[in-house]
Amino acid sequence: MSYVIDRRLNGKNKSTVNRQRFLRRYRDHIKKAVEEAVSRRSITDMEHGEQISIPGRDIDEPLLHHGRGGKQTQVHPGNKEFTTGERIPRPQGGGGGKGAGKASNSGEGMDEFSFQITQEEFLDFMFEDLELPNLVKRQLTGTDTFKTVRAGVSNDGNPSRINIVRTLRASHARRIALSGSSRSKLHLAIAELDRLKVEEPDNFADIQAVEAEIVLLRARIKRVPFLDTFDLKYNLLVKQPNPSSKAVMFCLMDVSGSMTQATKDIAKRFFILLYLFLKRNYEKIDVVFIRHHTSAREVDEEEFFYSRETGGTIVSSALKLMQEVMEARYPTSEWNIYAAQASDGDNWNDDSPICRDILMKQIMPLVQYFTYVEITPREHQALWFEYEQVGEAFADTFAQQQLVSAGDIYPVFRELFQRRLVS
Amino acid sequence: MSAREKKRGQPISTGSEWTFELIRAYDKEIARIAEGYALDTYPNQIEVITAEQMMDAYASVGMPLGYHHWSYGKHFLSTEKSYSRGQMGLAYEIVINSDPCIAYLMEENTICMQALVVAHACYGHNSFFKGNYLFRTWTDASSIIDYLVFAKQYIMQCEERYGIDAVEDLLDSCHALMNYGVDRYKRPYPISAEEERQRQKEREEHLQRQINDLWRTIPKGADKGNEKDAGRFPAEPQENILYFLEKHAPLLEPWQREVVRIVRKIAQYFYPQRQTQVMNEGWATFWHYTLMNDLYDEGLVTDGFIMEFLQSHTSVIYQPPFDSPYYSGINPYTLGFAMYSDIRRMCENPTEEDKRWFPEIAGSDWLSAVKFAMKSFKDESFILQYLSPKVIRDLKLFSVMDDDQKDELVVPAIHDEPGYQTIRETLAAQYNLGNREPNIQIFSINRRGDRSLTLRHQQHDRKPLGDSTEEVLKHLHRLWGFDIHLETVRGDQVIQTQHVPPRGESDSNEYPRLDLAIPPI
Repeated sequence: MSYVIDRRLNGKNKSTVNRQRFLRRYRDHIKKAVEEAVSRRSITDMEHGEQISIPGRDIDEPLLHHGRGGKQTQVHPGNKEFTTGERIPRPQGGGGGKGAGKASNSGEGMDEFSFQITQEEFLDFMFEDLELPNLVKRQLTGTDTFKTVRAGVSNDGNPSRINIVRTLRASHARRIALSGSSRSKLHLAIAELDRLKVEEPDNFADIQAVEAEIVLLRARIKRVPFLDTFDLKYNLLVKQPNPSSKAVMFCLMDVSGSMTQATKDIAKRFFILLYLFLKRNYEKIDVVFIRHHTSAREVDEEEFFYSRETGGTIVSSALKLMQEVMEARYPTSEWNIYAAQASDGDNWNDDSPICRDILMKQIMPLVQYFTYVEITPREHQALWFEYEQVGEAFADTFAQQQLVSAGDIYPVFRELFQRRLVS
Repeated sequence: MSAREKKRGQPISTGSEWTFELIRAYDKEIARIAEGYALDTYPNQIEVITAEQMMDAYASVGMPLGYHHWSYGKHFLSTEKSYSRGQMGLAYEIVINSDPCIAYLMEENTICMQALVVAHACYGHNSFFKGNYLFRTWTDASSIIDYLVFAKQYIMQCEERYGIDAVEDLLDSCHALMNYGVDRYKRPYPISAEEERQRQKEREEHLQRQINDLWRTIPKGADKGNEKDAGRFPAEPQENILYFLEKHAPLLEPWQREVVRIVRKIAQYFYPQRQTQVMNEGWATFWHYTLMNDLYDEGLVTDGFIMEFLQSHTSVIYQPPFDSPYYSGINPYTLGFAMYSDIRRMCENPTEEDKRWFPEIAGSDWLSAVKFAMKSFKDESFILQYLSPKVIRDLKLFSVMDDDQKDELVVPAIHDEPGYQTIRETLAAQYNLGNREPNIQIFSINRRGDRSLTLRHQQHDRKPLGDSTEEVLKHLHRLWGFDIHLETVRGDQVIQTQHVPPRGESDSNEYPRLDLAIPPI
């Protein structure tokens, strides 16, 4: 007796839990692989998964079994030339699988166990434990902006929102309903009057009576108003709290002569990481690229990273421009503002205090977070120390770190955005 | 009867697409023919699944439902990877020893393959599960599904109560010893999920009491106690390490003992399968070959169908020679199929040689001969009993002796008259689980001293232990909670010892104990 059952529609991901368990167990390995990938990959390359390899010996499940050695006798098929008692030189290095080949199939696991993780898992591992500071502020609970949306028609409202079509339709319907019987009587009366005038032109009494009735009916119809307050229909608009899910990211970079392409590459990776991170937290992200030497300019991404400039350095020019752009295009009621500044630390000495002032007075109060990375192996200069003062004043929203090589980016990034307790 | 008469000669189907009606039609015909051979089977539950689901089934080693563990995830990832890269095809079927017998068909297959799988799994494997003495005595097909459900739920509850990590560590340790969690000689008590559930509570208390008795430190009367204590415990060496741990490990919590028991029961369930690979696959292959050919003889399948069938049949039973790059040991399908077919040949067309070697079956009724061969043996004894000179010659079997104390390998026997007996014995020994796995038993525990546990490895042919032994001992240490010693014995002489933790480092924290890792309830 047999039953045939179609199970194809049953869930197919029965192993998901076990897969998760596996990832969980080897999360250290995977994290390491992810970190390596982050520092190795090119920037446009963050949007796919990663091949993870784990050394076979770390992953083997130990079992009690025989090792190589001792006296082992095995039967094999396909004899061609051997005769009883023949001696064969021992094959070297397990090549043919003769002799002790089978006994130690799980002994040495030098092979790597490799598998694929998805892009989502890749980013999850990359951003694990990270959380943008003060993200709470205007995120989902941010009810300081609203948008009005249509929500049908209502009976009361502001005269400017009157819905003419619906109002007239209501009025028409009401008029038909209230004057219908009078109108049909009026039609009958007019027909009677016409008939009387033709057939009995002498019957004045009846004609007068009918005429009086017609006047009465007309007056009655006229008493039904064309438009009653009852008819008025208004477009209903309701306010919906608009969670501010938009963020703008300002990338500020020094492109003066002292910045080499290598330095810029490091900066670029930092920006990309920040961008990817914001992308996971906000629906819409604008990126503003501002580069500066002695003067600042807003540019597109290509130019920002790849065109060369020379000259001195005045950092405050970029900060001023940023502040102007913020004011003109990104009101804080709608936008979460993040800024990342990269520089090699050089600045015209007299300019550093000005930078501090602009930051403290005009920028810091408006931004969610400002990060400054200094990409240099050298000693800090004036700018760093001025920024330290900013950091003291805005401990929650300002961070600065030093980078030396591309490998430093990820740890520094993590440190900058370390999960902080929401106080 | 007249309806069947009419149908004779009409192929059931001509295309290669399958439908549920067609599968049912083929199953009906195959069942009819199988009945003619009096194959005794459990009812069949044929489930059509997708390739992804087949990978899931793979990952859980064929169990229709298993508890969660990372090792299944690992299995799944590697299957998924090699499948998606086209490095391997999936097996056409998986069949589960349960009542009703569950067989999975993959939707990608053609109707010919589906019919082949039905014949192979639903009538071949199924009748083997029902007939073979190992399966009859050691597994209980009617309760396994219930038991797996119970095990899964129990382990899930444990995870909720004690945390995933604690349960995972415990399972890791149990899995390392899984092959040593079976009774090899004693018939196990049949499992029943309902009883397990009912008795569980009772057993927890009872067990804990027994353990407390064993480890009682209150001094007894001086005269009696000492005498009794002098005896070794356990009195006889114990082969079932997990059972011993479940009953006697001093520090395990009741729930941990229950988990040990679950792993042990599942190991026991798979034990017959590990011992009857050649017989089981050979039997199923023999029957799909016989049944499909009968279908063809009755004209129920087309020439194209039978060609497709033969093509996959021959690739299933292909045995690469020892020097082929694809060689990875003897193909159990080939060996098993060759042996059953040869039994049939010996019954139907015995030669002089057969009469000399197999006087009792040469010329007898083939059906009862193969059925007897299926029912009463396991791989080792089956080969010892039935490996005929003709099969040895056909497969060109030869043996190679590798002695690490000599420079050259020796060929002790080949497929010729003086060699048959040797080949047969060597090959049988090769399938003896007792030889394949190191013989390690629990020798004694130190009840009044440091509570250490001593294992004895009886060495055979100087074969050393593999290099993950120390890891396994660490796992054992985690379960036992006190020092573990492993003595390797040749004859009566202890030639090597291994200790966890290594001697002199007993205080090291490197070897965590379970009781320390788990917060009190």
